[in-house]
Amino acid sequence: MSKKMHIKLKVNGKDEEFLAEPRELLIYTLRERLNITGPHIGCETSHCGACTVTINGKSVKSCTMFAAQADGAEVTTIEGIGGPDDLHPLQTAFKEHHGLQCGYCTPGMITRATKLLEENPNPTEEEIRFGMAGNICRCTGYQNIIKSIQAAAAEMNAAKEAAE
Amino acid sequence: MKDEVTREERVENLKGLGCSRKRVEDARFTQGKGNYVDDIKLDGMLFGDFVRSPYAHARIKSIDTAAALEVPGVLAVLTAADLEPLGLHWMPTLAGDKQMVLADGKVLFQGQEVAFVVAEDRYAAADGMEAVEVEYEELPVLVDPFEALKSDVVLREDLVAEDGSIPAGAHGPRKHANHIFTWEAGDKEPTEQVIVNAEVVAEESMYYHRTHPCPLETCGCVASMDKVNGKLTLWGTFQAPHAIRTVVSLISGIEEHNIRVISPDIGGGFGNKVGAYPGYVCSVVASIVTGKPVKWIEDRMDNLMTTAFARDYHMTGKISATKEGKITGLHCHVTADHGGFDACADPTKFPAGFMNICTGSYDIPTAYLEVDGVYTNKAPGGVSYRCSFRVTEAVYFIERMIEVLAIKLDMDAAELRRINFIRKEQFPYTAALGWEYDSGDYHTAWDKALKAVDYEGLRAEQAQRVEDFKAGKTRKLMGIGLSFFTEIVGAGPVKNCDILGLGMFDSCEIRIHPTGSAIARLGTISQGQGHATTFAQILASEIGLPADSITIEEGDTDTAPYGLGTYGSRSTPVAGAATAMAGRKIRAKAQMIAAYLLEVHDDDVEFDVDRFVVKGAPEKFKTMKEIAFAAYNQAIPGIEPGLEAVSYYDPPNMTYPFGAYVCVMDIDVDTGVTDIRRFYALDDCGTRINPMIIEGQVHGGLTEALAVALGQEIAYDDMGNVKTGTLMDFFLPTAWEVPNYETDYTVTPSPHHPIGAKGVGESPHVGGVPCFSNAVQDAFRAFGNTHTNMPHDHWRIWKTANELGLHD
Ligand code: FES
Ligand code: FES
Repeated sequence: MSKKMHIKLKVNGKDEEFLAEPRELLIYTLRERLNITGPHIGCETSHCGACTVTINGKSVKSCTMFAAQADGAEVTTIEGIGGPDDLHPLQTAFKEHHGLQCGYCTPGMITRATKLLEENPNPTEEEIRFGMAGNICRCTGYQNIIKSIQAAAAEMNAAKEAAE
Repeated sequence: MKDEVTREERVENLKGLGCSRKRVEDARFTQGKGNYVDDIKLDGMLFGDFVRSPYAHARIKSIDTAAALEVPGVLAVLTAADLEPLGLHWMPTLAGDKQMVLADGKVLFQGQEVAFVVAEDRYAAADGMEAVEVEYEELPVLVDPFEALKSDVVLREDLVAEDGSIPAGAHGPRKHANHIFTWEAGDKEPTEQVIVNAEVVAEESMYYHRTHPCPLETCGCVASMDKVNGKLTLWGTFQAPHAIRTVVSLISGIEEHNIRVISPDIGGGFGNKVGAYPGYVCSVVASIVTGKPVKWIEDRMDNLMTTAFARDYHMTGKISATKEGKITGLHCHVTADHGGFDACADPTKFPAGFMNICTGSYDIPTAYLEVDGVYTNKAPGGVSYRCSFRVTEAVYFIERMIEVLAIKLDMDAAELRRINFIRKEQFPYTAALGWEYDSGDYHTAWDKALKAVDYEGLRAEQAQRVEDFKAGKTRKLMGIGLSFFTEIVGAGPVKNCDILGLGMFDSCEIRIHPTGSAIARLGTISQGQGHATTFAQILASEIGLPADSITIEEGDTDTAPYGLGTYGSRSTPVAGAATAMAGRKIRAKAQMIAAYLLEVHDDDVEFDVDRFVVKGAPEKFKTMKEIAFAAYNQAIPGIEPGLEAVSYYDPPNMTYPFGAYVCVMDIDVDTGVTDIRRFYALDDCGTRINPMIIEGQVHGGLTEALAVALGQEIAYDDMGNVKTGTLMDFFLPTAWEVPNYETDYTVTPSPHHPIGAKGVGESPHVGGVPCFSNAVQDAFRAFGNTHTNMPHDHWRIWKTANELGLHD
């Protein structure tokens, strides 16, 4: 065991400060230390995307990043994307279009999709398939996930237009 | 009383059968508030993990745990020697064999559990695992079941008598030390006669490779022994919580009422979570030893290497027919690789599951099936990966044999199927291998499918493509994959289906609350199928209360009635039936209450959507809501207060969903890359409860079929090393590889199921695998290909093209 490191994070808008071993993975920090269990573990090798969070504006698989590497960063998980009183359009759309079954991939999927739509508010089906290829779902066959993301994009664009 | 709401509106309000009701589960999952087993945290909870064998076959000379116990945070290290005094170093398997919980003197497969390290957290456990010293002596490795049956190397010394003789196993006599069982169905001699005398015979050997269900969430549990109250609580990824409770009680000696098993949210199962694994036993023991809750969660490598492989069937077939293509006989032999222990999850009397559905959708008068189970140095398992017991193998076998026969007859494979289908008027149909198919209309489904894809147009396009290819105008071939499958699901009738002596019925208990809402509890457990949504729909239609007012609860053995769980597409056929039957009991009592309130005779009222009305006087009625209240606040002569019911449903037969699939694929001959242009799936699952969920199940099942057919495998090298232990090598399709699917349906209700439903979750996988495979093989038919083995990854397809001389 090596010396613990002093780490500061801002997770879902809340400041966190703790001592951790250098080997502590960010997903572990979130789930075990901070009790943020929305992000899941499906592989711990960067393949499945169940652990996807947003770090400083980028989609990151938190199973392959040390907490120490995230020191000073802003982290957003599914819990920070929307709750019962302020659902994100993606959360609504996934339910509306049956974009989930067991739900295990869903937090990572939605978290990734928020970034995808920020980067490209009008994605084609192909762009969605490519942009979501880092997130594996074993249940849905993706068809309804794509539909959900398309529906959310339309909804968000309409809302933006209405606001302008 | 005046009724402003129309009858249609009343039906709509119920959100009952046939409604694409949105799922009630989704709110928590989309907000990251699911509660999966790894989300469970208890005070003082410890974490356990396994030291695993790097060898596939080795004797264990010594295990030294002293250094591990010195590691900060490590509390205990369990080995077989610690479990032996408790009689827990071995455990029974679902298949009548036994399995080591922790290596007892030797290991039989790579990744086998050798020691269980219990520590304060995962990092400390990992440090502890590093420090456990195990000395192995390597033994010769058997990875090929055919070799295993000839070898002098004995894998299971525990199953050989002292004088060297081979005692019978759970399924009868054994022919060799590494042989597990021979299982037969049908008539051997008559079948051989028919084949010898036939006008045309096609033969083929095929290997249905080993693969893995690989749900996104791995297996795991939390065991908490409360020594004060003597109660054990076990949370885990269990597809069959009640069966787990019974097994834990039987092997631990803890009385069953002192065990509570809870399946929280489950992140997909697909068969992976049916079995009982060493991790469960070790967690329970560790909790008893330490007095603290103990969590065990597999990592992905553990999952792929050790829990619940699927398939691994070497199948040899002979199919005979007249010159016109009428099938006369079918012969099938299977060499089944079961790994180091026979831990297949099949009903007790069916050591090869329902492989004897291998006559498929065809009227085949004579057939014979023989299966030999074999031990090898591979992981145990043999689960039904998104299928009913071995049905995927059976359907793959017959759907390939049909194609091979079509080649032999130089006939169109769609037409060959059509002339051999069991005809509508033949149902209920008893197949040559014993099953009684409940209902079907195959010709209608087939014609609808072929028309939808313009089958003739596709064949013309394909012929043109072959011309163009030969003329050097393209390097892409086109394959048309066909499959027509009949599933056998809903196990099953207690008279012939049990697991460890437990009949495979299922159950539902309903309580109606005074204000007209309800809770129903079932013995099943959803792993993404949306039970909380669909079972409420079944009930809504039965009892006339809105689905939105009905809570469905599953997975807690302290509250739910006994049931055998969710796998083999049995939830709708069995638990769905129990739900409907319990609903009918509610309705029967409600009828008496309504008649009393309306001051008429019981027979003078009838049920209508959400109420009982006086016959011939529809303006006189009592709604189910009113009746519910009356059940609790009125003293009705001769009727007990309250409105509750429970039903245990023992299905009279299995159900037989079927479907017609067509896949159109382009294949690049030079790279082996496949491009699925079109996939059409027609499913007939009888009565459709929730079309949205059915379609979702079809998309998911087809995607898992695509995976298995085109690349997913658990591969071993000669030393028994697993070559596909991570998601780097084990193929899980992403959104990028998966096509859009066209779904369609016909409806042929099951005549014996209370609502006519047959189950759908697994059909697309069962029918999808042969469809994708047939598409690949069909692309090369014009160049002399009859059969190549799955998985059809790019490399294998390239090799096929190369062997056929297409690169010359
Ligand atoms: S758990 Fe991080 S990518 Fe799979
Ligand atoms: S919904 Fe189960 S993994 Fe995606």
